[in-house]
Amino acid sequence: MPTDNRIALPNRNRRRWLIGSGCLAATGLIGLSRKSWATDGKIRVGMTPAFLHDQHSLLHDWRAFMSASLQRPVEFVQRDSYRETMDLLRLEKLDFAWICDYPYLHLKQEVRLLAVPLYQRRPYYRSYLIVRKENDQVKSMADLAGSVFAYADPYSNTGYLAPRYEIRQLGRNPANFFRKTFFTYSHRKVVEAVASGLAQGGAVDSYIRDTLVHVEPALALRTRVVWRSPEYGFPPFVSHRSVSTADFQLMQRHLLDTPKTEAGRRLLARLHLDGFTAGSQALYEPVVRMMRAFGEA
Amino acid sequence: MRWLFNLSFRHKIPLWTSFLISFSIFVVGAALMARAYEDMKNAVVISAGNLGHTLANTVAPTLLHDDVWRAFEIVRSPIRGESAQTPVEVDAVVVLAPDHKVFVSSDPDTLPMLAAAAALGADWKLLSTQLGPGTKWPLVLEPEGSSYLYVALPITDNDAQLGHLVLRYAKSVFHPWFIDTLWQGLGLGLLVLAVLIPINWYWGGRMAAPLVDLAQRMGMMPETVPQPLPADLYPYDDELGQLFHAYDRMVLALRDKAALENEMVKSERLAAIGQLTAGIAHEINNPLAGLITVVDTLKLRRDLDPRALRSLELIDRGLMQIRDTVAALLVQTRVQARPLNQHDLEDIHTLIQPQVGKRRIQLEWSAAMPVELPAPASLVRQILINLLLNAVQAAAEGGHVSLWLGRKEDSEAWLSIVVRNDGTLLGDEQLAHLFEPFASTRPGGHGLGLWVTYQIVTQLGGRIAARNIDGQVEFVVNLPLGETSCSTASA
Repeated sequence: MPTDNRIALPNRNRRRWLIGSGCLAATGLIGLSRKSWATDGKIRVGMTPAFLHDQHSLLHDWRAFMSASLQRPVEFVQRDSYRETMDLLRLEKLDFAWICDYPYLHLKQEVRLLAVPLYQRRPYYRSYLIVRKENDQVKSMADLAGSVFAYADPYSNTGYLAPRYEIRQLGRNPANFFRKTFFTYSHRKVVEAVASGLAQGGAVDSYIRDTLVHVEPALALRTRVVWRSPEYGFPPFVSHRSVSTADFQLMQRHLLDTPKTEAGRRLLARLHLDGFTAGSQALYEPVVRMMRAFGEA
Repeated sequence: MRWLFNLSFRHKIPLWTSFLISFSIFVVGAALMARAYEDMKNAVVISAGNLGHTLANTVAPTLLHDDVWRAFEIVRSPIRGESAQTPVEVDAVVVLAPDHKVFVSSDPDTLPMLAAAAALGADWKLLSTQLGPGTKWPLVLEPEGSSYLYVALPITDNDAQLGHLVLRYAKSVFHPWFIDTLWQGLGLGLLVLAVLIPINWYWGGRMAAPLVDLAQRMGMMPETVPQPLPADLYPYDDELGQLFHAYDRMVLALRDKAALENEMVKSERLAAIGQLTAGIAHEINNPLAGLITVVDTLKLRRDLDPRALRSLELIDRGLMQIRDTVAALLVQTRVQARPLNQHDLEDIHTLIQPQVGKRRIQLEWSAAMPVELPAPASLVRQILINLLLNAVQAAAEGGHVSLWLGRKEDSEAWLSIVVRNDGTLLGDEQLAHLFEPFASTRPGGHGLGLWVTYQIVTQLGGRIAARNIDGQVEFVVNLPLGETSCSTASA
């Protein structure tokens, strides 16, 4: 979490917060014993705000489709922040997960690249800088200096890393470039924050923003894209390294074969995706470079 | 203004009562409306207090963790639409940090993040000065001239004061609701008025009608004596009823008095005329007797030439006419008293037959007559002949005349004679002077018949009256029975 512009907490509260974190860690340690899906055969897939993960009927249909295809029970585990999904992966509470490219690079030791979705037939997406539709003063990131800014998630590339890198490119310090920043923990909510006027600017995933234009035009079209980042590798599906090769290949084959069936194509259409590719580490090199710039990789 | 008080009771009673009813409904309505407005405000404050406590508790952790988005979602949750639709619906929710800057608000456009409360307008400036230690929570603020109502609560976590939660309610939403209530109240009031006013007009009119009637009748006095009030006008025994009874008694008394006075005036006049004519008759009679004697004596002389003799006879006839006239004026009732018997009536019937036959009159004869009645026969005969011949003359050609004779209401003391004819009815003027001498009602009559009749009746101690009844002219004579020798006429 960023610490810029935080309200100073009284010591008592900080202590309480630390105790809370400790408890969470302890729970994690207990869960670390050994993963259990081998016993009941259930496949656990983590779903994150990398896509519009609050479309419940879509998730329900996708899970049923996946379960039928794999002939195994499938459980979708939804979390509202990347951090929580990353913790679950680390604790081996998940076998697979659809996460952002940035967390993927953070978890490189624990996970393997499983498949990369194809968006507009290519495994790439961008970061959009959005402002309110009526706001015609802002032409670029530089114009937003001193404003209130909405980030998506501290572990989001397009919603956090990429805009901060852009600020850095302007020769400014992202820690004090804005008057105030906050996280919405969802790309969709960044659009909402900007559309409602709570924040003057926000950084969102191009895939989600473009999808929203179709799904929820009333909301999405109250915002305007003022800057498009270079292309980055699309948020990938990953598997925990503890998942057996057979299961890894089973899941990968399932994903890659999705466009081959009518049901799969219908599902992909609802996701606004075209298919999946095996992908490679090289797709994510630009993100690694940005992380290096912030001393993270 | 005075004209209002001069209005007829017919209008005044309904107007006043209508005014009072309307005034009462208005006052009660206004009191209820004021109460409704206060209640609505209280409901808003209570609802705001509840909502505020919930929001303050929920939003506290977001202040601790500087979680702006979560706080935004919380403060926006009670906001349902673009603008509030009901008075208890909150218009805006604002979380103020301890430095009185906006931490988050449900309406970032007008209440942006990080703005100092004092910079948001007069309302907020006033509000920020009242958010101190010592404030009684929830703080309800209704700034003068503002279109908003504010309710503020502190946001605390254990003892730590994290900021303030302010709920803003649009009073503009109160007004349509209040006006709705007002219209409903007004509608109900009008409904009540629509029922009460007609009842009130009816009752007021009913109440006033007898009074108005009474006032009109009283207004006719003293020129004329008015009619008594209709019996069913106000059949109750309250003060009004008593007043009307008293009025009726008074009217009857006045009518009797007027009738009596009328009768007295007439009798006195006739008595005066009687005295005057008697006096004149005496004065004429004395020289007349001498003149007649002289003329008789002259007529016996043999040496008169025929011209002188014709002149004497002319004088003689003139004197005789004077004597007859004077004799008629000077009614003498000093006659032998023979009781009236059936033969007298038969004679009269026979005597008037030529006149009846000539005018083809239908004569109805109803005489309940014993063999003899103790009444002076010759005078009664004269009365009957006068009245019957009068009636026959007055009746139309081929008309109808009736006689009824008998004891008055079967009394032993009075003889009653009623003669009717169907000729022209008598006018008021005629009735007033009917029994005066030379007051003839028809051409050719000398007007002494009724005068003589009147004199005879009054000298016999009886009464005579004439009136129009059932389209006929009626003469009624009542004579006392018992003495056949009558008092003599004043001679």
